[in-house]
Amino acid sequence: MHYHSEELIRDLSRKAITFRIQVLDMVYQAQTGHLGGAFSIAEILTALYFHHLKIDPHAPDKPDRDRLLFSKGHACAMLYTILAYRGFFPVEELKTFRQIDSRLQGHPENSKLPGLEICAGPLGHGVAIGAGMSLALRMGGTKPSAFSAPSARSSRARVYAILGDGEINAGVIWEGALVAAKYKLGNLTAILDYNGIQQTGATADVLPTEPIAEKWLSFGWAVREIDGHNVGQVLDALDWSDEVHARPSIIIARTTKGKGARLFEYDNRWHGMPPNKDQYESVKKELMARLEEWQK
Amino acid sequence: MAEMKSMRVAYGNALVELGKTNPEVVVLSADVANSDHSYMFEQEFPDRFVNVGIAEQALVDVAVGFAYCGKVPFVNTFAFLFATRALEMIRTHLCYGKANVKLMAAYAGLSDSFDGPTHHSVADLAIIRSLPNMTVVVPGDPVGLEKLIPQVAAWPGPVYFRLNRNEVPVLFNDSYSPRIGEAVTLRPGNDLTILCNGMMLSRSLEAADLLAKKGIEARIIEVHTLKPLDRETVVRAARETRAVVTVEEHSVIGGLGGAVSEVVAEEFPIPVRRVGIQDRFAETGPYDLLLDRYGMSIEDIVKAAQQALKDKKK
Repeated sequence: MHYHSEELIRDLSRKAITFRIQVLDMVYQAQTGHLGGAFSIAEILTALYFHHLKIDPHAPDKPDRDRLLFSKGHACAMLYTILAYRGFFPVEELKTFRQIDSRLQGHPENSKLPGLEICAGPLGHGVAIGAGMSLALRMGGTKPSAFSAPSARSSRARVYAILGDGEINAGVIWEGALVAAKYKLGNLTAILDYNGIQQTGATADVLPTEPIAEKWLSFGWAVREIDGHNVGQVLDALDWSDEVHARPSIIIARTTKGKGARLFEYDNRWHGMPPNKDQYESVKKELMARLEEWQK
Repeated sequence: MAEMKSMRVAYGNALVELGKTNPEVVVLSADVANSDHSYMFEQEFPDRFVNVGIAEQALVDVAVGFAYCGKVPFVNTFAFLFATRALEMIRTHLCYGKANVKLMAAYAGLSDSFDGPTHHSVADLAIIRSLPNMTVVVPGDPVGLEKLIPQVAAWPGPVYFRLNRNEVPVLFNDSYSPRIGEAVTLRPGNDLTILCNGMMLSRSLEAADLLAKKGIEARIIEVHTLKPLDRETVVRAARETRAVVTVEEHSVIGGLGGAVSEVVAEEFPIPVRRVGIQDRFAETGPYDLLLDRYGMSIEDIVKAAQQALKDKKK
């Protein structure tokens, strides 16, 4: 395990709040979009894109890059924001979110925008597509003969699938989980944003999935549970997942839907609703105050 | 009588040949490799074969992952399972996401005859054809299959390739050179045109012989590529013969009959008659008997041709 400095943790935590403010602006201006699930994934995505992933915004299609599959596509306002600030496309373009002629579609379209690995929106695809990518990367260049060049070696790239907790209601998640375990895909890590709320209510009411860690363990995955808003824990868990071999790993991140804005927190109504002017202003003020706390 | 050859064996052989020349080809299966004969590839290239179990949705998604990493996945399960159970994966990632996945749709039409309507696939072409960015190919015989498979691998984008389970008449020799997207005129004629594909080629040719005895010269055109449809050849046939019959092992809704009707209605409206299964499920039984009973007999083609000629004279 690596040592993560206080400075790094402070920097990433501050960035996550900044990105929440950006997302709030985007959804307020567009008057459409998904806030709750974007806020719950802020620290995790920030830690991945600004520290852990081996990616190059100037060469987004590099064959040996790490791949992040944003399976919970509805929360893409946060993904777009982070990709823009990481340098994949101009920050200015975030203003076009969900508008006509924009590359920032309502749900991600991979061929439109640099940095997007898959289309997402219909839920459940991340694990099985991730399993296919992990297998393909492990295969590397397929050996045409016994005298193949070293280029036929498998890639060291890793695959990360970001899942929502409502998303794992979908059966294909579990089909993919079985496939990943069968092929012992140590280069595949799922990150489950377990914020406890889905569109019409609490996940515990809509379709109970607990005990969740036991489910993934019994499917043959290595499991670690963390507080998904604690950047230090997120970074440690990502390092841990790098060291899991011969089986896929999942980080179950306990999070809060709408995290950082008391108005949004724990309330399923903020899954896909834009704020009005008063709501926007009060949440923005609250987020600015939180940002200042981190600056002390 | 033409020689009969197994489409499944031809498919297995074609996959193995493809595997030898294209190292990026991988083969995926949902646990029916001994049915569709993709097991022949597995025996030759076990490291490039993946069996995901009876999980068709994961099958397509896993293939999407391979495609996005530069591989050329040939994915195998029954036609109806692609078109119904895994449809959302196909729509979202192959069509919208442009993943270069090749769907090898086994046991199509009524060819898995004894397994019954749960396993028949008579709506797949209508479903898959309606999706943007998809290419749909229906080979006519083992020679056509062998010639088209390398083109499918080289085609820049997803392909739905419809396969017959059974022994079918060998119609072509090595001089036959189909190209994806180009219809093939198999027999000249100016009284009407019969547009057909797949298993219905030989029946259409036999129907043309019977029509010739009645003094009717039917032009026979093989439309092995349902999408993108060779509009030019279809419109030319409509203009030159002024009556069209479509013949396919599929529902009369939305397949070749639908595709041809759409083009003819817009470009050169003339009578069209559609031979196929009439918006219903079939039943269990011998393959040829099912084709005969469910609207795809040689007599059905002859009658449709005669009706189209009558319509033309109205």
